[in-house]
Amino acid sequence: MLVKSSPHIRDNSSTQKIMLDVILALCPAILASAIIFGLRALLVIAVTVVSCVVFEYLYCRLMKKPNPIADLSAVVTGILLAFNLPSTLPLWMAVIGAFVSIVIAKQLFGGLGHNFANPAIVGRIVLAVSFAGRMTAYAYPEVTNGVAALAGATPLVATRNADLPLLTLFLGTHGGVLGETCAAALLLGGIWLVVRRVISPVIPVTYLATVAVISLLAGQEPLVQLLSGGLMLGAIFMATDYVTSPYTLTGKLVYGLGLGIITCAIRFWATSAEGVSYAILLMNLLVPYINDLTRQKPLGGGKRK
Amino acid sequence: MKNRFKRAAKGARLAHNKNTQNIATVDLPVPEKILLPMQQHIGGTAVPMVKKGDQVYVGTLIGRADGYVSAPIHSGVSGTVTDVRPIQISSGAWVPAVEITSDGQQAVDPAIAPPKVNDYESFTTAIRNSGLVGLGGAGFPTAVKLTMKDLSVIDTLIINGAECEPYITADNREFVENPQDIISGILEVKKWLAIKNVIIGIERNKPEAMDVMFSLIKGDPSITVKPLPSVYPQGAEKILIESCTGREVPRGGLPSDVGCIVMNVSSVAFVASYLRTGMPLVARRLTVDGAVAEPRNLRVIVGTPIREVLDYCGGLKGEVGEIITGGPMMGVSVVAPAFPIHKQNNAVLALPRAAAQLPPAGECIHCGRCIEACPIGLSPVIIAKAYNAQNVDELDRLMVDPCMECGSCSYVCPAKRPVTDTMRLAKAMLRKGAKKK
Repeated sequence: MLVKSSPHIRDNSSTQKIMLDVILALCPAILASAIIFGLRALLVIAVTVVSCVVFEYLYCRLMKKPNPIADLSAVVTGILLAFNLPSTLPLWMAVIGAFVSIVIAKQLFGGLGHNFANPAIVGRIVLAVSFAGRMTAYAYPEVTNGVAALAGATPLVATRNADLPLLTLFLGTHGGVLGETCAAALLLGGIWLVVRRVISPVIPVTYLATVAVISLLAGQEPLVQLLSGGLMLGAIFMATDYVTSPYTLTGKLVYGLGLGIITCAIRFWATSAEGVSYAILLMNLLVPYINDLTRQKPLGGGKRK
Repeated sequence: MKNRFKRAAKGARLAHNKNTQNIATVDLPVPEKILLPMQQHIGGTAVPMVKKGDQVYVGTLIGRADGYVSAPIHSGVSGTVTDVRPIQISSGAWVPAVEITSDGQQAVDPAIAPPKVNDYESFTTAIRNSGLVGLGGAGFPTAVKLTMKDLSVIDTLIINGAECEPYITADNREFVENPQDIISGILEVKKWLAIKNVIIGIERNKPEAMDVMFSLIKGDPSITVKPLPSVYPQGAEKILIESCTGREVPRGGLPSDVGCIVMNVSSVAFVASYLRTGMPLVARRLTVDGAVAEPRNLRVIVGTPIREVLDYCGGLKGEVGEIITGGPMMGVSVVAPAFPIHKQNNAVLALPRAAAQLPPAGECIHCGRCIEACPIGLSPVIIAKAYNAQNVDELDRLMVDPCMECGSCSYVCPAKRPVTDTMRLAKAMLRKGAKKK
């Protein structure tokens, strides 16, 4: 017979189940990337996932820490990192991205739960800064001659000149990094996460709403802004990372608002076409302060008797 | 509607498992022997008043209350005192315990007579002598709760019929089987304490109990039945007060600070029966459920060995990992089945090994579920950080002290971390640190 302190029972949630739900939620977008960019997209995803898991395993082996790969968080990071890469990226660059994400951004800070920023975002930014050319060499969906073209601008850049049809933006059959283009698949995944109570819809909704409102005020087409670039991917999958987002309802509102403002500021008034990953990185850094300032008020208002 | 911007306070989404809700209470046969530990309440350990060889009857005083916050203990059987020895209770403390061997007669002590109550003083004295403690599980001496310097600050009596812990249906059966005592108990307390309003809070998962109460209070505008959401821990005192009146008990305060007294429904029914008969608290209703052959509600003499209670329900079924008195969220592990039933035990549960065995703890992933669950609106994950840093000032700022250890944070943690244990340690650290200053 066991003798233990209360509570004597636990619910059936687990870190592994949460990560599995995230992986499931990413599946529609994985499928979409394979359809839009071809099998090369799947290859990039496979390479980042495998290298993330291997790096995590090796690091923990080396540091004599318990083997954490069963929690599946490295798999999630691997998929998210791949989603931020163009399908044409040389595979060795993808491996470097995985190293930065897992070893530098995650494990050096203490592993799962201790990273200050989203590992996949850090990986993407390091690659974008190091290999700017290859990181923006977007593949375009197979066109009439069946050859994926290596050139040109993403819709965000393009929309400054000419508009793509909204349906194309929604279905993602346009240039971009491999996981960000298909808004439909990403939304499907987001709905799954909300239904399964893995994430609260507050951060994505506030983020998207803020971008829509600022776009309107800035004279941009809100729907085009919402559906282009990495916004959907960032809002649904990257900004909702538990470790690097605030705890409370108020905190999540502030966080979403900040993300929207920074994203629009970068998109409309900076030289860079895309602002989602920098917005998330910047807001990640503010999370400890947001948490401190938006802590919930205990029953009784915390006033002493 | 609660203000979600202030605090999420979602509680824990528990399976209710009220399997015995419709099973009528039966009396457990008188046990051969009972064992009465002198600590079955919060407060001072009672002092044994009998010695080996003494003849006792049903209702005989066995231990007298020691000090203001304490409660007397009475025998539930007639027979002979066969031993007075120290035993180790679940808190780890050693307390004297009186063993009584029953003669099977159940002869009532001739001194038992209805108490004379004619004012507030004599009412609280009667309650004090009855040995009544909070029957909902806490075991706080009821007389202490009802004694106050300034009665005029109290305007509301709240009857706690939430019964929010899984499995337990003892209070539900009290509503269904003993509603007249509940009402007359309420009227007694209301009369002697001059309380204006009474709110009977019942969770919505007890429709029969609500129906019975609604039909009995008709015509009395001062008593209302308040259906409550079936969310754990609805029955926690401060949560119940907020749900029933909207008032928030201040930090470190008592229900009386917001004009309320909260009494468990079985406790208030006992008040009526004591004033009518003078028979002190020697038996109680409890739920037996979990991995037992026949889950049911029993009326059990206080001091009966837990083993006999389980055997009467057909014994254990399958591989049992843990036996608990009380609910699975706030109950206490039973060290040995020979251990006796206490006054405040509202259930005996046998947990299957699979449910009792906890998975290993992983790294905190900062999902914030403990923060959302905390019914008080604390931030366990942030408190744990301050505890690990041994930062007493921060623990004070984070207000760990109102934590009532309801277990919601541990229950919802996906990393299976012992969050509630950390909260306990943090509370102790704050107490110790505060004393030093």
